[in-house]
Amino acid sequence: MSASLEIQLIAVLVAVACALPGVFLILRGMAMMSDAISHAILPGIVIAFLITGNLSSGWLILGAGLSGVLTVALVEVLRTTGLLKEDAAIGIVFPALFSFGVVLIAVFADDVHLDTDAVLLGELAFAPFDRHVILGREVPRAAVVMAIILVINAAFITLFYKELKMSTFDAALASSFGFAPSVLHYGLMALVSTTAVGAFDAVGSILVVALMVAPPAAAYLLTRRLSSMLVWSALIGCLVAVGGYWMARLLDASIAGSMATMAGILFVIVLAFAPSRSSGSRRGRA
Amino acid sequence: MIMNDIHSDETAIEVRDLTVAYGQQPVLWDVDVSVPKGVLLAVLGPNGAGKTTFIKSILDLVPVAGGSIRIHGRPYRRNRSRVAYVPQRGSVDWDFPTHVLDVVEMGTYGRLGWFRRPGAAEREQALKALAQVEMTSYAHRQISQLSGGQQQRVFLARALVQDAEVYLMDEPFQGVDATTERTIVELLKRLRERGKTVVVVHHDLQTVQEYFDHVLLLNGRRIAAGPVAEVFTEENLRATYGGRVAFLSSLLTQRAP
Amino acid sequence: MMDAISTLFSDYTVRTVALGATLLGITAGALGCFAMLRRQSLLGDAISHAALPGIAIAFLITGSKSPLVLVLGAGLAGWFGTFLITGLTRRTRITHDTALAMLLSVFFGFGLMLLTFIQRRPDANQAGLDSFLFGQAAALMQRDIQVMFGIGCVVLLLMTLFWKEFKLISFDAEAAHTLGLPVRALDHLLTALFVSAIVIGLQTVGVVLMSAMIIAPAAAARQWTDRLWVMMGLAAFFGAVSGVGGVLSSGLVPHLPTGPVIVLFISAIVVFSLLFAPNRGLAFRMMRQWRSGQQFRVDAVLVDMYTLASQHETVDHPHSEQVLNAMSGNARRTLHLLETLGLAQRIDDEHWGLTESGTERARGLVEKRWGEGP
Repeated sequence: MSASLEIQLIAVLVAVACALPGVFLILRGMAMMSDAISHAILPGIVIAFLITGNLSSGWLILGAGLSGVLTVALVEVLRTTGLLKEDAAIGIVFPALFSFGVVLIAVFADDVHLDTDAVLLGELAFAPFDRHVILGREVPRAAVVMAIILVINAAFITLFYKELKMSTFDAALASSFGFAPSVLHYGLMALVSTTAVGAFDAVGSILVVALMVAPPAAAYLLTRRLSSMLVWSALIGCLVAVGGYWMARLLDASIAGSMATMAGILFVIVLAFAPSRSSGSRRGRA
Repeated sequence: MIMNDIHSDETAIEVRDLTVAYGQQPVLWDVDVSVPKGVLLAVLGPNGAGKTTFIKSILDLVPVAGGSIRIHGRPYRRNRSRVAYVPQRGSVDWDFPTHVLDVVEMGTYGRLGWFRRPGAAEREQALKALAQVEMTSYAHRQISQLSGGQQQRVFLARALVQDAEVYLMDEPFQGVDATTERTIVELLKRLRERGKTVVVVHHDLQTVQEYFDHVLLLNGRRIAAGPVAEVFTEENLRATYGGRVAFLSSLLTQRAP
Repeated sequence: MMDAISTLFSDYTVRTVALGATLLGITAGALGCFAMLRRQSLLGDAISHAALPGIAIAFLITGSKSPLVLVLGAGLAGWFGTFLITGLTRRTRITHDTALAMLLSVFFGFGLMLLTFIQRRPDANQAGLDSFLFGQAAALMQRDIQVMFGIGCVVLLLMTLFWKEFKLISFDAEAAHTLGLPVRALDHLLTALFVSAIVIGLQTVGVVLMSAMIIAPAAAARQWTDRLWVMMGLAAFFGAVSGVGGVLSSGLVPHLPTGPVIVLFISAIVVFSLLFAPNRGLAFRMMRQWRSGQQFRVDAVLVDMYTLASQHETVDHPHSEQVLNAMSGNARRTLHLLETLGLAQRIDDEHWGLTESGTERARGLVEKRWGEGP
């Protein structure tokens, strides 16, 4: 496979892996958590790195997952004190955690290639150069990681489909049926965290946000059914990935930036042509 | 249909063909009402009937798809100072860092205009309004420390400070204690005695005959409007509430003294 | 350490940076109060990210890296972004948070594209532009400070002029409308001030951390006071202190980037405020609950003793601790407390009785509860 094709493959894997949990994020009104988590996982990664001494270790993913769950837990704790509203809690927790991570790097790991730039921006173009041997064939590490994450995300959503659906629309009812909504909530956030860390080596946290939010948002405008929304999000995500890549090629620009821009462009296209756009159907007011 | 009312020769609120829609869904359509000056009118109807929308459309808070509204003969925008609004309590964040007197003073901001700060005169007016709702001792209390009934009274005081001709209130009796309810009713009756017009979105059918002298029955459309004795009938209530009002007969037999 | 600090302060660069951080702290802290009260905490985050393409475009059009030009570009982009948000949420099913996240990521991504485009040009080096991304407080220069100061003053002045209007629309926009205030125009103005406060701070702490500088000072200040203007002053103060503290600390330790340290300072202030502010603080809350729990236990044991004793001739008839334990749980600690308060007395090893004042008090409690003695 040519490098170009490999990059597109990785991009597609990332896009679909992000789109799936993204659907639930936006349905739960938690789109900004993708931004918060993708920044707040930094200290988890740094600490895992400091402990294992290894940059490409799977422990980093674990560290990130824990860090992400910690973020959510902290926000929840702050909110329950009644002293802060939820959005304020989010806006305080993730910068604090991110800052903590940056300071850790500066103090303990200054000489290592754990670059805050990369955290934000990533660079997909380098992905094909970092390879693993799997089943006797050489493949880009990013592809392997993302494929695994994609499978995990898909499995989680399939397994807990009806629980996720119910707890998204009516947490109280779900709780009365014994589906612990908070467990599902944390599970979802753990998925978001691991997806973010898996992806941002390649594409950076900003693109993770774009991919988790824009394709599902476009799908939201296109359909009223959860299952279709998941499918549409994945499809649009693929378009974003491939289209973004070619736009980057054409304009000789950053791949992540182009993909994020392409996500916006596709959203606008859907917005222009989608059937039911009016907000009247959203909330009834008496 | 203009109502004949021997007490007034002026119409406080004239609504013609009012239609309000959210997106594609109509909430109110073709509503005609004439509210005479100096009455205490209850707006009744089931949930979603458009009662709050009715009030808000008079106040220019929701866009109107069709029809016209006149306050004392003129459009609302030119007669704003004559109308005071008491919203539902839930419309506001009670954790906001401010105290009771401050909230009541906010009622004077319209009169003050740009750049002027509320001064001694405004404070005086606010204290007088607080006295009318029996909340003077709470003047410097932080609003998060208030009970539901107290919050309601603060909103009322804010409306009183505007010294308006027409008062529009959205469910002022919702979730308040008995003492507050009595205080509010007394206040409304005093307003009526002074010739003010009070329109109240009300939810409790049991108290309609005791508190109000006019009703407007709404369910998307105007079902009926007029003096309580004429309009608050089983037939009209059934038409409004869809026959779900099983205790209607007992309601109606307890005519107010 | 004081030596080190005074050496730092004598350094012109450090003074400049500290001044910049202080200005940031004050304006962001003050404006942040309104943002927090209007639940716009995350809007600040979105605007910060959305400012990036504005900076790039401003540079592309004017070729200048003057801070005024770049800040203007950032501001216009941010402001434009807020219109997109309102448009999207008003006209479609898309929710507010989704719109924010899209604005944030798409605009930022577009900004990245532009930056790489700029990078390719022969004449440009985007070092100056980068500093908006991550914040390079250390690179703050005199002219940056001047721009920050100028804009900051205008922002604070306008906020004072329209203080009562802003307060009203933040608290109850509908009431504002019915009182005749032009709510939309005021909203636009407040948002513009908000955007301005954000963009002047971007160079210091960077895009990612800006939301904390907006919200954290306000959140901390809110715990200490219930009056809006005091809250605002406190927030400005906390912001300034964090700014200076951050600059000094990162100056003392090599390689420590300033922005994150400032954020850690203000976060610490938030945590401290949440715990120890009087009234709202959690420490005080726990103490109050403990006290009222204690009061409850004291009253319960008193009443029990009185009830028991009233079945005998003398009211100070002693009762064994075990009986009291049976009636209201572990009574020993409470009994000791009662003894300290002079309400009960120890008769012998295991028995306790009420004192006169204890009896009186118990009688009062019982009458309150049941209207008359047993």
